[in-house]
Amino acid sequence: MRCFVGIDLGSTTTKAVVLGEDGSILGRGITNSRSDYDVACGVALAEAIISARFGLIETELRRAGAGASAVWMGELGRRFRERQYRGSLAILSESLLALAARIGPEAEGRLAAARGILGEMEREVPALFAEGASRKSDFFRDLAGSRYVHHAEEAARSGAGGFDALVGLFDKAILQVENRPAGADDFRRHALAALESMDSPPPALRCAVEHAAGLPMEQARSVGTGYGRQTLPFPKDQIRSEILCHGLGAHAMYPGTRTALDIGGQDTKAIQVDADGIVTSFQMNDRCAAGCGRYLGYIADEMNLGLHELGPLACDSRRAVRINSTCTVFAGAELRERLSLGERREDILAGLHRAIILRSMSLLARSGGVSDELTFTGGVARNPAAVGALRELVRENYGEIRINISADSIYTGALGAALFARREDLRAAA
Amino acid sequence: MGARLPQAGGGAGEAIKDDSQLRQKRMLEEYARTLASATRAGGKCVYTFVPGNLTELVRSFGLHLVLPEINALQSAMRGKSRGYIAVAEKLGHSEDVCTYVKCDLGMMKSGNIGPTGEPVPKPDLLLLSYTGCFTFMKWFEILREEYGCPVVMLHVPYQGDGKITESMRRYVVDQLRGEVIPALERISGRAYDEASLSERLARSARAEEDLVWVLESAKRRPSPIDAYFGGVYYIGPIFTAFRGTEEAVDYYAALRSEVAERLAAGKGPVTPDGEMARERFRIVVEGPPNWTSFRQFWKMFSDEGAVVVASTYTKVGGVYDEGFRHDPDRPLESLAEYCMGCYTNINLPGRVEMLSRYVTDYAADGLLVNSIKSCNSFSAGQLMILREVERRTGKPAGFIESDLVDPRYFSASNIKNRLESYFQMIEQKRAGRPA
Repeated sequence: MRCFVGIDLGSTTTKAVVLGEDGSILGRGITNSRSDYDVACGVALAEAIISARFGLIETELRRAGAGASAVWMGELGRRFRERQYRGSLAILSESLLALAARIGPEAEGRLAAARGILGEMEREVPALFAEGASRKSDFFRDLAGSRYVHHAEEAARSGAGGFDALVGLFDKAILQVENRPAGADDFRRHALAALESMDSPPPALRCAVEHAAGLPMEQARSVGTGYGRQTLPFPKDQIRSEILCHGLGAHAMYPGTRTALDIGGQDTKAIQVDADGIVTSFQMNDRCAAGCGRYLGYIADEMNLGLHELGPLACDSRRAVRINSTCTVFAGAELRERLSLGERREDILAGLHRAIILRSMSLLARSGGVSDELTFTGGVARNPAAVGALRELVRENYGEIRINISADSIYTGALGAALFARREDLRAAA
Repeated sequence: MGARLPQAGGGAGEAIKDDSQLRQKRMLEEYARTLASATRAGGKCVYTFVPGNLTELVRSFGLHLVLPEINALQSAMRGKSRGYIAVAEKLGHSEDVCTYVKCDLGMMKSGNIGPTGEPVPKPDLLLLSYTGCFTFMKWFEILREEYGCPVVMLHVPYQGDGKITESMRRYVVDQLRGEVIPALERISGRAYDEASLSERLARSARAEEDLVWVLESAKRRPSPIDAYFGGVYYIGPIFTAFRGTEEAVDYYAALRSEVAERLAAGKGPVTPDGEMARERFRIVVEGPPNWTSFRQFWKMFSDEGAVVVASTYTKVGGVYDEGFRHDPDRPLESLAEYCMGCYTNINLPGRVEMLSRYVTDYAADGLLVNSIKSCNSFSAGQLMILREVERRTGKPAGFIESDLVDPRYFSASNIKNRLESYFQMIEQKRAGRPA
């Protein structure tokens, strides 16, 4: 089937959206950005195509009238991800053990410790992907990394190896996993294996999997965007600025959008669009990336928390602490200072969230203000404390404005890019 | 046309320059040599600034001119400003101080060798003939301490109400007669010669006529010139020590012929990377260019087919395209009007008016503001200007930030990103509503 691809190569994550010929979203994929941009894009696209194939399976299953299709799809999905994880874990193990075995005074002990850790990780895979299990992240690097570090700490405590040396092995070995391009046959292989492991799946599911796996996805046109767009293997006319893509993506998700705010890893964009999603004005942080998504990442590291844990914790604040600096480097010092003064970390975090939204308010003001409706996109739009601060400050400054936030807001840029790809195709055909 | 020379200003490969650029470069180099040798032989030297400069008057006394801003920007184009700024910061000047000032002071403290390699003479007089920029005053205050030389100050009233009144004119002329001319007489040992001044002003007017013709050639499509990146070369002689000289008259006549040829042949501007093939965007620019990455900055435009058809920066040393000419029959009055009419002396509504007119008259696709980090007085109000021009013309505006001569404030990838977004925004608006 013909499809259109949009890829948003961001500083933290790379996103892909696949559209069908009618403009409907077939699939979305995301991966962590890495030094090899081509691989990052390939993986994000492969993930988007996997999600598109899952969508096809679900549609077909429903059409076939198979009962409890959501349950079957849930199980298939979990087992599929488990296979994917196991595949990556095998590459990690091979690479890590080869590194551990390198000649040196402590090679033997290091190798034994690494084997022990990897064995533990192998054993806990079913629990990680069990029904109802919660995972800190779906990126292999994060998920496997947190488990590895956990076991490495235990190994170090029991004297089985030095913690730093063990973590160093992971840091090197993970590159082998991340720089491996997505395999063309991965979906079929993992989906069929997942199916085989299921207990009496309905025949319609097998049919649907076979059909979806065999369906060729012809990429009629692709458009790339994001900070790394110049490195995408696309001709120049297939590269669009992220401003335009976020504007169009926000318009597609919420046609009433007149202002879009995107807070990404290293930049914040305030965009004004007209009724057709055409950008009329924009502002971005120019000289400094203070107050962007990376700021929160740094704070999370400083507090030894997961990025996704920051927002909920800040929401428990009773009285937000006033934080003036949004300098990422200074933030760490400010944080420690406040903690030493006895401030609650929930209150400090609430202050930090407010500080970054205040910076966004300045960009919004400079771009032309906030008009009804405001669509908030980017990774930070998933953070409830940031959303809360935005709502409050928008109300204070602009009155009652409808604020749209989609669960898929992180894909806004990639969606805009895919829509541009489709438009170009339609124009070429006209 | 199209000779090759080693490039300046941060780029790769050899820069392609047209004849007028090469000629201008030779003129400035020759001037630096003459300045060095004449002052060694006892000639006297006056430092002054570009906006509101009284070149004809100063040179009518046989005095030589040094323009510290020009030295600063040329040092930046030759990659020397980073080191000079570091020297000035070591002396205690903060990161936020105007980088022209720091670059100049750093150059002075590093042996005072000018950008072309010639020694820069010490001033015998500091002529502060434009006071719209408060930093100028502080700058000369520092130089006065360093050199122990006198300062003469010409207070130029700001066009707060958007017009030059008779009393303003008289106020400036009185200062010229009462303070500036006596100071120049003292330094030079010569009496004021109005006939000599008038002759110079007549030559200024001829050169100004040709400059305006060249700048207005950008109204044609395709524009034969880039009125910002190319424009800064064109204004070089008339903004510096050459206004009122035969060399300037000849230069502008030759420039006009060169541009007339390009116009007749339907050619676009010459950029450092060659002739621009296709004009895709016509832009009006507000704010000075970045000098440390000048070529790279220009390339960000030329790669996208963007031509700057009008700019306000090329008016900071004199606004001539609204009819003003130096007038030999009213020498001091016309110098007074010149000082008060410079772009930097025009109020915000006047700047909005001028920019809106440029967007319309030059059939531009939009306005781009390059806001200068270390120039608080000139950058203030630029967003308001932008919004108002946008509202009046209906054309999209863009905003970027960089600096004059401090390379630390030119974030190439970010600026490129903004510019690409801006050009694509214009394109998207042009394409209009999707089917």
